[in-house]
Amino acid sequence: MNQRSQGKEGLIAAIPIVVGYFPVAMAFGMLAKTVDLSLWDSCWFSLMVFAGASQFMALDLMKAGISFWDIILATFLLNLRHLMMSASLAVRLKELKRTWIPFIAFGITDESFAVASLKRGTLTVPYLLTLQTTAYLAWAGGTLAGYWIGAALPAAVQSSLGIGLYAMFTAILVPEIKKSAHVLCLSLLAGLIYIALTYLALFAAGWNLIATIILSSLAGLVIFNDNKLEVTQ
Amino acid sequence: MKNALPLIIGMMTVTYLPRLLPMLVLSDRPLPPLLRRFFLYIPYTALGALIIRGIIESPSDRLISTLAGVIVAAAVSWLRGGLVPSVAAAILAVFFLLS
Repeated sequence: MNQRSQGKEGLIAAIPIVVGYFPVAMAFGMLAKTVDLSLWDSCWFSLMVFAGASQFMALDLMKAGISFWDIILATFLLNLRHLMMSASLAVRLKELKRTWIPFIAFGITDESFAVASLKRGTLTVPYLLTLQTTAYLAWAGGTLAGYWIGAALPAAVQSSLGIGLYAMFTAILVPEIKKSAHVLCLSLLAGLIYIALTYLALFAAGWNLIATIILSSLAGLVIFNDNKLEVTQ
Repeated sequence: MKNALPLIIGMMTVTYLPRLLPMLVLSDRPLPPLLRRFFLYIPYTALGALIIRGIIESPSDRLISTLAGVIVAAAVSWLRGGLVPSVAAAILAVFFLLS
């Protein structure tokens, strides 16, 4: 496929992410205003950090007067899961020009990872960059819109659009489950481990997601003794 | 609120490094098969964990609607396939439940 159509494919793949990001980013912009952040600082948050959950957390912690280093540490823990996602994507990126790695790495979010990692065929730079840039613009644009308008969308609209991200995760996973019992097993295992870790509260909350990903993928290595999944990619 | 830029830059640093380093180190390098398989499992385990997290950590008044949205998305995806129809159906379902 040529570059143009790869880019177009990335753009189309980004639509569900845009639908999910925009209202959530609007809520972020609005909340940032209520904790007296300037318009610029609110936008810098979305443009530089570009990690939804940790941005909301930071607003909360700032409001509660938590110290600088504690917020940094909490952010690090919460976003450490991207380490695993980056490693997982790296395995699938072959013959990638290294120039693009800093940009593609910056754009790794739960959502873009979910879409890109289970894409059929090879991952190309135009596909990834279009997908990630579109998502990035929706996140930044939503932040600006929320701050300016000074309100989020009505709660019912916001949470119904907010479900979009989880619906997207589900709709990405289900076709894989349909094809492979291994995938069903891996994702169920991960869900159960996440629930167990949450209720047992063994780790600080920030660790749960990354601990789940590591434990359930390790369990997969023990349970499955073949390379069946590799054939599908 | 005083200038938030130092905090933003600090948060960016600790967020960006975990995104960047594995990709720099691992891309274009042959991995032991076991490690490779571990990384290829991550999309499935991460998605399973993210979906469950979305459900159990949603505010209690929206627990049912979140669960319903995920079930609708799963059903549409299973029966019909396609990302956009599944997402749209889930959004509509949750909207009707909440309004």
